[in-house]
Amino acid sequence: MLRDITIGQHFPGNSLLHRMDPRVKLVLTVAYIVMLFVGSNPAGLAISIVFLTALYLTAKIPLKMVARSVKPILPIILFTAVLNLFFMTGTSEPLLAWWIFKIYREGVYYAIVMAVRIICLIAGTSLLTYTTSPIVLTDAIEQLLKPLARLHLPVHELAMMMTIALRFIPTLIEETDKIMNAQKARGAQLDSGKLSQRVRALIPVLIPLFISAFRRADELAMAMECRCYHGGEGRTRLKQLRLHASDIVLAAAAALVFAAIGMSNLFFERIG
Amino acid sequence: MPAAVRVEELSYIYNQGMPDETVALDRVSFEIEEGAFVGVIGSTGCGKSTLISHFNGINRPTSGKVYIGGEDLWADPSDIRRFRFQVGLVFQYPEYQLFEETVYKDIAFGPGNMGLAREEIDARVRRAAAFCGIEEAWLARSPFELSGGQKRRVAIAGVLAMEPKLLVLDEPAAGLDPEGRDTILGQIKEYHRQTGATTVLVSHSMEDIAKYADRVLVLSGGRVAMYDDTDKVFARAPELLELGLSVPEVTKIFLRLREMGLDIDTDVYTVKYAVKTILAARAGKGGGAPC
Ligand SMILES: Nc1ncnc2c1ncn2[C@@H]1O[C@H](COP(=O)(O)OP(=O)(O)OP(=O)(O)O)[C@@H](O)[C@H]1O
Ligand SMILES: [Mg+2]
Repeated sequence: MLRDITIGQHFPGNSLLHRMDPRVKLVLTVAYIVMLFVGSNPAGLAISIVFLTALYLTAKIPLKMVARSVKPILPIILFTAVLNLFFMTGTSEPLLAWWIFKIYREGVYYAIVMAVRIICLIAGTSLLTYTTSPIVLTDAIEQLLKPLARLHLPVHELAMMMTIALRFIPTLIEETDKIMNAQKARGAQLDSGKLSQRVRALIPVLIPLFISAFRRADELAMAMECRCYHGGEGRTRLKQLRLHASDIVLAAAAALVFAAIGMSNLFFERIG
Repeated sequence: MPAAVRVEELSYIYNQGMPDETVALDRVSFEIEEGAFVGVIGSTGCGKSTLISHFNGINRPTSGKVYIGGEDLWADPSDIRRFRFQVGLVFQYPEYQLFEETVYKDIAFGPGNMGLAREEIDARVRRAAAFCGIEEAWLARSPFELSGGQKRRVAIAGVLAMEPKLLVLDEPAAGLDPEGRDTILGQIKEYHRQTGATTVLVSHSMEDIAKYADRVLVLSGGRVAMYDDTDKVFARAPELLELGLSVPEVTKIFLRLREMGLDIDTDVYTVKYAVKTILAARAGKGGGAPC
């Protein structure tokens, strides 16, 4: 149920991927997403899948986790796939024609490509959070966005807000679970009934949740003030991010794979 | 008559198949008789909360069965709500579940879900409030204006108002002052005495368990380590200490006295019984000099 939500979840470990510089990981993840859309031909997608599988194996994260992170958005994937299946028109003869529905070869192709792409996208970004703790990740974002601070963008504050938000996602999920259980124990019907009833049934969950979130925010703000937090100015860090040789090697390897994905477009027909 | 609760080979695993898989319960079996007052003890993380949330189907067993009043809880999953009304579950820190505008409405939430008539709900709310020592004047107030201990009472009243046949409480007295502890637990005992409802009390306080429970279930690492009458469990003090648990202070004194060579029983776990035992021991010695 609620616990299945794996956004921002982190699995501590000591693999090559876990030790990698978060900035490099972040940039590579973004590049990977771009490549998913650039390399839209069977070979390009195949390389993307193989590459990602290899990374999951390196990180020692069971592939089952991919299933778990994809599960919540399965409806969206199916929806886009079905949409593509029916609305793509092709130049060749339709494979199937029934009433007003015509399914073309291109439609099937595109539906599969779209589904694979979304799954890779989710799996790829999940791998980033699985192997990088939220704190380190926002640290990386802050560092990468630092040039924008010159334009008076409150980079540090934004990063801090993100750190806190990420930090509290699991806490809030756990809390929601607890409150839901407590109300279920009092006979609240949370998972059945008509839509209007279900929305109303959420009140007993949302109110305690908001109250506790405000209470936590209050306590956290107090704790931060007590430790003299005053924003980013002049702040130094305990752990400095440093590029290691292994990061450069890994980034180079990834760049090669990305190049291969890009090149595949030259040899295969692009879809969509 | 069927047992109030029967648990058969119950296992529960969190996040099965994931890297963070935890076996919280491992083939647990026991039975609770109708009308009993059972204490559940065990060190932190041994699975107490996980166990009791199986009693009304909040958790579904990974394997094994749970019977309430002789009926298989999961025989028909769509019918699970019926058991929610038979089994009143008070979770750890229940004050965080309050949500209504007034104390009255919050206590009425459970009975309202049961679909009772308005008069019946009103009667139940007032009865439950009185039981938990909630004054009439509080009923119209917002629950968020109350102190932590008062909120706790409102939350417990909210469960009592459903008048469950089986009442399960997960550390209802945690974080309260000594007087608050005694009041809340005393009221629960009173509910047990008056209604004859089977009661399960999870607690870290051996004193509380000794004072209120007839039988004690000791959990350790997700398994049942002991399940026996209260005196028999506390008589096995060395084993309890080995499990990282404690025994009531009086029991410790008696254990020490015995170590010092006095010929007395060590299954003493309440102060009242301790006084009696000491007096009997003195009488046995022909009223020798007080020690
Ligand atoms: N939601 C959860 N997800 C994963 N593991 C959990 C979850 N809840 C509990 N556990 C694990 O299950 C085990 C039993 O937990 P449980 O809450 O039942 O312990 P407890 O005996 O109630 O402890 P306490 O005395 O601290 O309340 C623990 O090892 C805990 O880490
Ligand atoms: Mg617990």
